[in-house]
Amino acid sequence: MQEAETLIYLDHAATTPMRPEAVEAMLPFLTERYANPSGSHRFARSVRQAVDEARDVVADVVGCRAGEVVFTGCGTESDNAAIVGTQRRHGGVAVCSAAEHHAVLHAVEHGGGRVVGVDAAGRIDLDELAATLGDDVTVVAVMAVNNEVGSISPVAEIATVVREHAPRALVHTDAIQAPCWLDLRMLTPHVDLMALSAHKFGGPKGVGALIARQGTVLEPLLQGGGQERDRRSGTHNVAGIVAMAEALRLTDIERVAENLRIRALRDRLVDTLLAQLDDVIETVERASKIAGSAHICIADVESEALLYLLDEAGVCASAASACASGAMEPSHVLAAMGVEKRYSLGALRMSLGCTTTGAEIDRTIEVLVAAVRRLRGI
Amino acid sequence: MKVMIAMSGGVDSSVAAALLVEQGHDVVGVTMRLWGGESDTGCCSVSDVDDARRVAQQLGIDHLVFNFTEDFNEHVVDPYVHAHTVGITPNPCIECNRHVKFARLSGRATLLGFDAVATGHHARVTPSANGVELERGADRAKDQSYVVHMIDQAELARTMFPVGAMTKPDVRAHAARLGLRTATKPDSQDVCFITSTGGRTAFLGRRIPMRSATVVDTSGTTVGTVPAVEMVTLGQRRGIGLPGGGPKRFVVDVDVEAGVVTVGDEADLLTDGHVVHDMTWVHDAEMAAAHDTVLVQSSAHGTPQPATVDVDDDGRVAQVRWLEPQRRIAPGQSVVIYDPGDRFVLGGGIAANPL
Repeated sequence: MQEAETLIYLDHAATTPMRPEAVEAMLPFLTERYANPSGSHRFARSVRQAVDEARDVVADVVGCRAGEVVFTGCGTESDNAAIVGTQRRHGGVAVCSAAEHHAVLHAVEHGGGRVVGVDAAGRIDLDELAATLGDDVTVVAVMAVNNEVGSISPVAEIATVVREHAPRALVHTDAIQAPCWLDLRMLTPHVDLMALSAHKFGGPKGVGALIARQGTVLEPLLQGGGQERDRRSGTHNVAGIVAMAEALRLTDIERVAENLRIRALRDRLVDTLLAQLDDVIETVERASKIAGSAHICIADVESEALLYLLDEAGVCASAASACASGAMEPSHVLAAMGVEKRYSLGALRMSLGCTTTGAEIDRTIEVLVAAVRRLRGI
Repeated sequence: MKVMIAMSGGVDSSVAAALLVEQGHDVVGVTMRLWGGESDTGCCSVSDVDDARRVAQQLGIDHLVFNFTEDFNEHVVDPYVHAHTVGITPNPCIECNRHVKFARLSGRATLLGFDAVATGHHARVTPSANGVELERGADRAKDQSYVVHMIDQAELARTMFPVGAMTKPDVRAHAARLGLRTATKPDSQDVCFITSTGGRTAFLGRRIPMRSATVVDTSGTTVGTVPAVEMVTLGQRRGIGLPGGGPKRFVVDVDVEAGVVTVGDEADLLTDGHVVHDMTWVHDAEMAAAHDTVLVQSSAHGTPQPATVDVDDDGRVAQVRWLEPQRRIAPGQSVVIYDPGDRFVLGGGIAANPL
């Protein structure tokens, strides 16, 4: 095993390191401020205030009202609450794109919903979407940023199509990969529902949010004490909520500068790899994707073997999602995009983030080029 | 040495990994995900992967999972299913060893810089004047040299069977001494991609059409029917729909195309020998010629029988002639040739027609 300080972490789409400020913010609620915010005594009220203030911060960054923020246990729960909660309340059919995260795709498929194809960049096919929609559709889910290939969906355009062809339908966006790269305030006006997950932007694991715009009525997934205005029962994860808000606040402040810094690193990484290695494709053109995503497909190389060599050299990257056994599954996203198998077998997702440095990028290029040449027998 | 150990989550591969660590090797454990469908036994289920990972953690070695489901389907499951439609009964574990463990996995191990691949099989790799020999495991009752017979010299030279010199009770005792969670885990018995609840019939029934067949005796008189000719194997005695109480009757012929199963007595099943296709050799075909008689084993735990072997020019087809007539081998089964001392594998192949 490599020592932590020699690791090069290029898996920020899987999770991000916690911001020290977020750790700091949560500590009091793990120690002396332990009261249940739903209680009636002064000790509880002071903790309740922290949850309320966190909600204000999240609402400000998202561009919604505080009452529209529902704290949840994770991003998957938020997606499920949106899709399953809509169907349980309003019936009808759910629709999503074929490149969605499994938290959306499996929820839609489980409820007998419809899956719409995507273009070569992984964005939903608008014509096919329009043809699929109808009065029976009650929720349409499209991800703001694809977790595998980094493409950005035209959420406003999609929402327009939905409003026209499925007037009953709520628009849900899985914005879990978005906060570091996009201004959520630009997305929010177009959607009814939005899923967020704290650990993707420097917050802790095990806490998320569902943004449910005013007038959106869902059946809650959990029956219980009626917290979060009856939308999500269960004692608040106060430490997580407070830390999520602090992480989101800082992410929002630093977003523009970080985008510029990381975009330059990503461009250097991908440009150099494309120059030094033959038969490598950049999976999605850069104009259509977030700054932190470096997704390439390397012909005649197998992702599992490549990841082993990168891991051995201390570079943490990924290919697609893993199944319960830990085995890498063939990517449903690349399959939906129509990427040739010769390339998709050699998929490599490097996702940059706040910790990424120029020295790490140089070292990664060196390691990756050597690994690919070795696997190709050069 | 840098060694990749295939860890199924069972006790043998757990102890094999432990022994490699004790011997001072640089060890990485790999569990292969082979079957994406239902499973309750064998090497593929998530709980077995969990066991393998937890043992690796206890031993302080890295553990990886490789997804070989496509290779497994292509080389093991699909041919297994197809074979049943043409009256052939293959051994999927042997095809998995041939195409996945000692080809796909070992190929990747080489590519990734490993010096050797180890498994928990009960067999031995023994140095000799000619290179290396594939020897039966020390525990004759658990010996698995039959299922790994296809490994050639080049591959054997980089193969390790750390528990091959131990008896099964010794393996379990060693696991217990180390406190490995797999110490008392039962041995896997069946084909890993077939569940015990549904069995072979349910598995194949979902994949190929099952057709009923007429059961006739050797004079051609109809004596019954079976619901699925695809499920009938040469030599079978039960499940052919005949009333009990009579003389022992065996399936002596299966004509899938015509839908006819012929039953007869044991004498009708006997043959002087077999043609064996797709021969592989631990060294080369000359090995068989070096002995007047050899021992030939035609099932995983069958008793080897003395025979002579003639091999065609390119060494791919052998004619096995029993010294005493033996029951016919179901087509598709592996036939493995051992030296007269019953210790070393010489080669093996796939049973075709009787002589």
